[in-house]
Amino acid sequence: MPNSATAGGFLLVLAIVLPVVGVLFSVVLGGRHAERIALILMPAGLAVAVAIAVGVWRAHNVLQYFVGGWDPPLGVAFRADGLSAAMIVTAALLICGIGLFARAQFPSPKQAETRAPLAFWTLLLAVWGALNAVFLGGDLFNLYVALELLTFAAVPLVCLDGRAETLAAALRYLLFALFGSILYLLGAVLLYGAYGTLDIVLLSGRIHAEPAAWTAISLMTAGLLAKAALYPLHLWLPPAHAGAPAPASAILSGLVVKAPFFLVVRLWFDVMPRVPVHAAAQVLGALGAAAIIFGSVLALRQGRLKLLIAYSTVAQIGYLFLMFPLAGRPETGHPWSTAAWTGGVLQAISHAFAKAAMFMAAGLIAEALGHDRIAGLAGIGRALPITVFAFGLGGLSLMGLPPSGGFVAKAMLLTAAVAENQWWWALVVLAGGLLAGGYVFLVLARALADSNEPLTLLKTISPGRQTVVLALALCAVLLGFVPLRPSELLQIGRPDIAVVGLR
Amino acid sequence: MSAATLYGLCSAVLVGLGLFGLIVHPQPLRKILAFNLIGGGVFLLFGVVARRGAAAGFGGDPVPQALVITGIVVAFSATALAVALLLRLFQETEQATLRLDE
Repeated sequence: MPNSATAGGFLLVLAIVLPVVGVLFSVVLGGRHAERIALILMPAGLAVAVAIAVGVWRAHNVLQYFVGGWDPPLGVAFRADGLSAAMIVTAALLICGIGLFARAQFPSPKQAETRAPLAFWTLLLAVWGALNAVFLGGDLFNLYVALELLTFAAVPLVCLDGRAETLAAALRYLLFALFGSILYLLGAVLLYGAYGTLDIVLLSGRIHAEPAAWTAISLMTAGLLAKAALYPLHLWLPPAHAGAPAPASAILSGLVVKAPFFLVVRLWFDVMPRVPVHAAAQVLGALGAAAIIFGSVLALRQGRLKLLIAYSTVAQIGYLFLMFPLAGRPETGHPWSTAAWTGGVLQAISHAFAKAAMFMAAGLIAEALGHDRIAGLAGIGRALPITVFAFGLGGLSLMGLPPSGGFVAKAMLLTAAVAENQWWWALVVLAGGLLAGGYVFLVLARALADSNEPLTLLKTISPGRQTVVLALALCAVLLGFVPLRPSELLQIGRPDIAVVGLR
Repeated sequence: MSAATLYGLCSAVLVGLGLFGLIVHPQPLRKILAFNLIGGGVFLLFGVVARRGAAAGFGGDPVPQALVITGIVVAFSATALAVALLLRLFQETEQATLRLDE
């Protein structure tokens, strides 16, 4: 890894600064301009994200930038490896899609200032900036700040409508998140006390297996699990994600819960590649497996569409954590262990697209019907065919049927489970797929059934919004065409041994 | 027992008390206070870490002190957000509890 800032490093700063500038301008200029500012920044931010990905791919190395020209350990580094590049592009695409979708729901007020549009557009940009800071941060304390900014931007999104239930959901979310972040900070202090640096690259060279490192990493991981809503710390997620307005749910379920997962990956694979964690990885995998089973079963029992989707998020988060027992460490470098790594990351990305599309589809259905009770969905398939089709495509990815990103991700996890002789994870993946098939079918069967009385829609849904939802669902499907092998882009910046394992 | 060890133990006690309060008490306001108690413990630990750097030969490690200021600002904003949400919840429901359905 180079010791100085690389060409293109300024892009990393731009990726964080652009949304932050947007937030400042929105606050100063007010709600009548917030939407316009967000719409101007979206293509710019997407361009920056793509430029970073292209830069990482071309250089086949990590892009980095040292703030103020100070090298770590004194300075703070921003780094983009293949994983960050993939996540940043995902976030940019989703934010653009969600922004286009939300224009009809949070239009700029014509005359007087209204609160909801200002809050939504400002918070959308704030979430984006914080996500980019999480994906690019190279310093554990900086990552703490980024994670907190993300929480502060995400929590108010839950209670945009100001109803008592959503306020309670937001408060519960915030309390879980604060519990998580303070544990993370405690771990970071311990690491600094033991090794004198918080820079990820320097730390990975100094850390070794001893009580201080174990304590710190356990605290940080536990805190991040609370934020990522891994079973049994998922209690806050369903009311928060189901209560938020549809575009906000899409951001929360698609992107925000992926940030703490991303940090767990950073901690386990980048900060401590040398610390043996076999037993702990099995624990994470077991929690993931429990999340898959419990989340899916609870999803099957929900009567409301948005709650069903929210519980499905709990289940799909479980898959992400199967990656830890399966993705072998560099020193054991099994060829397929890197497949589990790619599979886990791909699951994060394809779930982001699929779940955002499903939440927005559910939002459109609720707008049209005035409710989202699954029992009352009959006939909606005829009224909103594009929306229901998009919902089905998203469901394809959750079930893990080809062609979809979810299929490729789960196939890689399965292959890794078999190749690593840990067949029990394969059973969980298959059972989770069946259960997901169950709850997606439950919805589609009702939606496609003919209703006895003619369906009266409360309002017509513009084809444009339905197309946005379909486009995001298609992204999840298109991910199914990535080759069924460890991704080369995601390997950029990984320890060399892991890459050699592919050949 | 050196001063650093004493303060380290104090911070451990604070974190422990706060964790207990955060998990056991159902009232949101107590949970917010407990979060601040843990925060106090963690910030004290920053001070201990800075002091131990000093023991290594230089007069006080400034980095943890810079970190702790940022940490306090973040914890303050978190508390402000939580209290604002709680107040709003109280205005809507006349009760400061998370169990609305009962």
